[in-house]
Amino acid sequence: MEKQATLPYGKYVMVWFGLLALTALTVTAASLHFGKWSVLAAIIIATVKSSLVVLYFMNMKYEEKIFKIMLAVAILTLMVIMVLTFADILFR
Amino acid sequence: MSTAAHADTGHHLEHHQDHTGAKIGMWLFLFTELLMFGSLFLVYSDYRMQFPADFHYSASTLDPLVGTINTLILLTSSLTMALAIAALDRNRHRVAVRLMGVTIVLGGIFLINKYFEWSAKFAHDLYPGSETLSLMAEGERQFFNLYYAMTGLHGLHVLAGMIIIAVMLWLVARKPRQKYMLLDVKPARVALQDDSERNLLVLPAGEDLHEVHVTLVYEKHEELSRRHLIHLENTGLFWHLVDLIWIFLFPLFYLIT
Repeated sequence: MEKQATLPYGKYVMVWFGLLALTALTVTAASLHFGKWSVLAAIIIATVKSSLVVLYFMNMKYEEKIFKIMLAVAILTLMVIMVLTFADILFR
Repeated sequence: MSTAAHADTGHHLEHHQDHTGAKIGMWLFLFTELLMFGSLFLVYSDYRMQFPADFHYSASTLDPLVGTINTLILLTSSLTMALAIAALDRNRHRVAVRLMGVTIVLGGIFLINKYFEWSAKFAHDLYPGSETLSLMAEGERQFFNLYYAMTGLHGLHVLAGMIIIAVMLWLVARKPRQKYMLLDVKPARVALQDDSERNLLVLPAGEDLHEVHVTLVYEKHEELSRRHLIHLENTGLFWHLVDLIWIFLFPLFYLIT
């Protein structure tokens, strides 16, 4: 029999609880009206949530190195596109 | 001794690489999805920077409660999907099938909520190209165009995910063939049929054929189901990506008031 690639059931449930808590946090943060900072707060919380999904639900934490390199290249590409576009919009 | 050990390692490695290759393929596809949605988020950011007041006003017409409920539904469906894969990994295919069923139902509830949400907006004559919308400020028009384009594209992904999970459910739940019949053992032809009367083997035997040996290897249901593990894992990756996109869509459309 092959080695099990998946985590214990309980661990997925824990991640789910974490995601629910972060959802509550982002809804609360939005209702507090931080002004300019509320967008940043929402993006940071969304990034933490997606990290949880990628690392545990999508098993990235336990994948081989090649997957991590590929993900890093993809995210970096997206960041380059975004930063250059924002630079263009803001300093045109 | 050493030859046997080597052969065993070789077999293991081959299987391992196949699994990795399949997953790499799926991730490459997910990256194209990431770039597609990423560029839409870019368009969103550009218009939002140009029309912050219009965006805030328009977003206030969306119900954050519906958005929150749909977030909880998708997060939960991601959990049931991850648990389905974990169950299949432990050869518990019945549990896996049930969890896949729950995942599909949750995806369906998400889309039903979306349907009611869109219907309410349509009832107020708010949709791309509508008269009311064309009279609104530029920023409000762009907000609703993006709202429909992005949640619409995301909704199509939910639908596609549900269909793929349904196919996987059928594959995992399908019982292995139980009965086989050997037909026509005569010099001219040998045929083997399974219980759905599908021909598994037909030998156009010649005159000189006198004996046929057939070895049937029965597979247990769980062993057969486990073969689909990599496909279910890739299905899960797609489903989680759909969840990921929603994680960003939710605050950007519902929580910026």
